[in-house]
Amino acid sequence: MKLLKLTALLLTLTWLSACATLGGSKDSGDDVANSDVVVEDRDANTSGIDGNNASGSDINDGAETQVILGEDEYQGGDVLDDPNSPLSNRVVYFEYDSSTVREEDVSILEAHAAYLGENPNVTIRLIGHTDERGSREYNLALGERRALAIRQTLMLQGASVKQFQVTSFGEERTDVEGHDESAWQQNRRVELNYVGR
Amino acid sequence: MTKRWLASFWLLALLLPWQAQALIIEITGGTEAALPIAIVPFGAEGFSAPEDISAVIQNDLSRSGRFAPLPESDLISSPHEKSEINFKDWRLLRSEGLLVGKVSSVDGETYQVQFQLFDVYKGRQLVGKRYQVPASGLRRLAHQIADQVYHALTGETGVFSTRLAFVSVINNLDGSKRYSLQVSDSDGANPRTVLQSKQPILSPNWAPDSERLAYVSFENGKAEVFVQEMRSGRRNSVAAFKGLNSAPAWSPDGKKLALTLSKAGNPEIYVLELASGKLSRVTHNSQAIDTEAVWMPNSRELLFTSDRGGRPQIYKVSADGGRAKRVTFEGRYNASVDVSSDGRTLAMVHGINGQFYIAVQDLDTGAVLVLTETGRDESPSFAPNGRMILYATEKNGHGELAAVSVDGRIHQRLGESGRDVREPAWSPIRK
Repeated sequence: MKLLKLTALLLTLTWLSACATLGGSKDSGDDVANSDVVVEDRDANTSGIDGNNASGSDINDGAETQVILGEDEYQGGDVLDDPNSPLSNRVVYFEYDSSTVREEDVSILEAHAAYLGENPNVTIRLIGHTDERGSREYNLALGERRALAIRQTLMLQGASVKQFQVTSFGEERTDVEGHDESAWQQNRRVELNYVGR
Repeated sequence: MTKRWLASFWLLALLLPWQAQALIIEITGGTEAALPIAIVPFGAEGFSAPEDISAVIQNDLSRSGRFAPLPESDLISSPHEKSEINFKDWRLLRSEGLLVGKVSSVDGETYQVQFQLFDVYKGRQLVGKRYQVPASGLRRLAHQIADQVYHALTGETGVFSTRLAFVSVINNLDGSKRYSLQVSDSDGANPRTVLQSKQPILSPNWAPDSERLAYVSFENGKAEVFVQEMRSGRRNSVAAFKGLNSAPAWSPDGKKLALTLSKAGNPEIYVLELASGKLSRVTHNSQAIDTEAVWMPNSRELLFTSDRGGRPQIYKVSADGGRAKRVTFEGRYNASVDVSSDGRTLAMVHGINGQFYIAVQDLDTGAVLVLTETGRDESPSFAPNGRMILYATEKNGHGELAAVSVDGRIHQRLGESGRDVREPAWSPIRK
């Protein structure tokens, strides 16, 4: 089901860029001509990013399509650069002293897993962090455990082990300065950094 | 407004001489039961000595919380050697100990220092010595004299001539940080930077000879363990395996390091034999975090932090491996263990309701005593005589160092503004 949604989204993006290239968009036609999104067959709209095949019919039932177009946020390019893609979420957060993936991050990780599965040459660096409380050395290990939990989740969904670099900074690189729960919450995280981007 | 203030504050901080900025030690409580002692300012014949030796000794003894030096105005005369002392008069002062001494210049470069400590009631010398040292050695000599006075009057080993290692962090204006591994005298004076990096430095640990430090540096983008010689500054990477390389701890003979490595996929305790590079794995628990090992003084066992029971607690295991035994049971979070040199007391970070305190646990009885109050305390490190525990805390959003006596009675603060100070490690006694 989720994979279907992602495919639909990718196809939507393909269609968008196709439209734009064909002059369908008022604002962004020029940019897309130089984009990394390769549209092989503009007429049929059947060839998606990375050769995903799907029927053309999905593409046309798109109220969402209009909304995205209207907001003019997607100007073509690699799906990793698309701010509307779930892949644009590169940070997942954790509860205190926990390395369990939270419910709300499941779909984000599914999107990353699918992307990694479809792009076996892409490498991702997972950097684990903790909040500032407690032992620094324990936190260093906890940050690694969080990064490994994310790797495990992504691997279960199709990414392969050689696509990962895992690092922990423990509590040494806080994202938010501060000594209260709101800062701590934002610091307990794993960053997903695509290598070479 | 605030921003401008901040900017000028940082500018000011940057202008301050970096090397010379010593930690300021302040006793914040617990001197009630201190022993009175009379310290007569040392005589200097016809010159002014480059260091005020008796002032350094007085500060050391006073800072320990065990002694209350009499104010100079109470001293009835200024003797510098035994022949000048009228013990009958000194007995009126209720001070058992009387320290006198003098400094003379041998050739302008070398100084002769002598001191004598007397038991006023018995009219007897407890300890007395004479030294010749270069000017640069005067301050260290003062700490050594304080050690001897402390020992003579308490029966315990003095630790004033030891050193502290710690990490200080400066936040640059551009948002980057500068990490410095520093070593100071035990009174925070004379700090020198032994390593500077743009990346985090963690977990300094003194070799038993106090000539080498092991520590964790992120200079290569991940946690790796280095050993650095203090005199030469020469440093070696000793563990740079895939995954974490952290939490180094010297064995009592100085030949091995206990380490945390995650090269097998999970943080486990290993022992590295430094001369041969031979690595042996101690823990085997692929579900749990095992880290922060320290050696028991018997060299046969390690204490470490593990969350194998669900939450971080302290465990004990043979350095050869085998079954680990849980040691801490009070509280949901116990980590960062250190052990006193007699092997009888543990110091640890003790978490209660999300607050972190320094606590000690008697290894025989299991009794736990919480020593600190701020709730942001970490990294306890025993003084080599086991009397005090140095630790990192936080005040007004800044990291600073503090020390507390093992009975919780004496509190010291090693405050400093403008940068964060953390990860303290108290050196062993120099042989």
